[in-house]
Amino acid sequence: MSETLDTQIDLWRAHMERRTAVSGADVDELEDHLRGHIESLTTAGLSDDEAFLVAVKRLGSQDDIAREFARENSKRLWKQLVLGGAPEPTSRRTGLGSWVTAIVFAVIGAAIVKVPSLLGASFEDSFIFYARNLSLLGFAALIAYLLWRYRPGRMLTLATGVGFVTLAVLANMYPFAEDNHALVMTAIHVPIVTWLLAGLAYTGTRWRHVDGRMDFVRFTGEWVIYLVLFQVGGMVLFGLIAAVGAAAGLDVGTFLAEWLIPCGAAGAVVIAAWLVEAKQSVVENMAPVLARVFTPLFAATFVVLLIAVLASGDATALDRDLLIAFNAVLVVAIGLILYNLTARGDGEGPGWFDWLQLALVGGALALDVVALTNILTRIADGWTFNRTVILGANVILLVNLAVSAWLLARLIRRRGGAVLALERWQAALLPAYGVWALVVIVVLPPVFALT
Amino acid sequence: MDIPKDLVAASAAPLVLSILAEQDSYGYAIIKRVAELSDGELAWTEGLLYPLLHRLERQGHVVSEWGASDTGRRRKYYRLTADGRAALTEHQTQWRAVAQALEASWKSMAIGPAGALA
Repeated sequence: MSETLDTQIDLWRAHMERRTAVSGADVDELEDHLRGHIESLTTAGLSDDEAFLVAVKRLGSQDDIAREFARENSKRLWKQLVLGGAPEPTSRRTGLGSWVTAIVFAVIGAAIVKVPSLLGASFEDSFIFYARNLSLLGFAALIAYLLWRYRPGRMLTLATGVGFVTLAVLANMYPFAEDNHALVMTAIHVPIVTWLLAGLAYTGTRWRHVDGRMDFVRFTGEWVIYLVLFQVGGMVLFGLIAAVGAAAGLDVGTFLAEWLIPCGAAGAVVIAAWLVEAKQSVVENMAPVLARVFTPLFAATFVVLLIAVLASGDATALDRDLLIAFNAVLVVAIGLILYNLTARGDGEGPGWFDWLQLALVGGALALDVVALTNILTRIADGWTFNRTVILGANVILLVNLAVSAWLLARLIRRRGGAVLALERWQAALLPAYGVWALVVIVVLPPVFALT
Repeated sequence: MDIPKDLVAASAAPLVLSILAEQDSYGYAIIKRVAELSDGELAWTEGLLYPLLHRLERQGHVVSEWGASDTGRRRKYYRLTADGRAALTEHQTQWRAVAQALEASWKSMAIGPAGALA
């Protein structure tokens, strides 16, 4: 082939590589295709130039190819929209102009959080009320915003609304004393169900699909990152106001504790959700980096924890607080697996990072087995509310981790479809968490905690 | 004849699986084979084929490997897996059922392939 032809193909390559949806390996494959076509055309008697033009024309417009690749490769619809070429019309709901609505919902969220205290249930005096309802109050505006933003249809909107009201009733159904364990467990488990309701609002009709659920997981991850960033900014603001207030001799404590923090947090919940969609590429590029930084750190932590536990001599009589720390650590492990899955590039073969993930899951599994033995030893002394809840959570985590470990091993051994299987497995478990949370909120209190 | 987009899309995966069942292949050869098999009626674009191949790979129906062409160029070859073979069998059953139903109904309408009403 002539030099000019090579130059032309290089130019074509350079153009193609600028498309974010088409990876380098994809371009390699397309180049082989292009050259194959050019060869057969020159054999048929065309000149290099003619053959190149025909072959490129036949390959289709770059925008079309990039769009098709994006449809398969990116798990994100938005890439199709920003690929260039003919942009699809952005509606009021998706464009940056949607910030007005986001702010309206944020203000509503801030108001909802303040309503109970304006009606007399102040933050200090009504611990029981807030323990049960904090996530409902804080997420109500978020769920409404997601429903408005994604319009999942009348049936699903209704289902989300009914689910929300039902959850509010269930969360407040039993009379708990302030020091009741069941109150703490209700406070921990209500947010799980609220979060799933937000997921229903977000995924809409796609809630049954793996892709829809994974999109929600991705959304959650990025939303959390934004919230953490807001929190840092909020703390600076908090400190400044306190300093200025002190210098001016004003008492700003009440304003900060009763207005700025609750209203700011409730508003941030909505604004973060809006930013995840409106400023997509900002955090999306950060997520894989974070996952890659923290996976090794947590894997190392697990090893240290395991050694500490085994070195303590009696691994079956661990301190209660340590057991609770274990559970938190296991949840983090699953969070990392989910996050890594969503951050995973398509067509990425197994690499060192998958070994690291397998090590992470292996460590988490070992820790979970230790935790389970401990819980079972305790349960031998009798069933209590807390022991039952922790046992249930650990069994779910154990099953999740065991299957994940098996699927990761398949992935490393290059078994086809392992990534998809792992996504399916994690997505299938999402409702299971909700079911267990409901059991903890509704079924267990009358069995143990109300007698 | 212009085959509608939906029909092309629906038949794409079974066709690719069938072609790979004949022998391992690569993108350009697959497109040529599709044209051959359909007497030129099905003209696939690359934007259809490569994403489809990647999806099939993700589902574990095919595996890919970088090899070299006769002229030494880097080339990605695709091979059918056991899962892919099973999927192909399923496609065959489904398509036969559809084709049979259509044939049977046309027979009772007595419309021949030439379109002549009896």
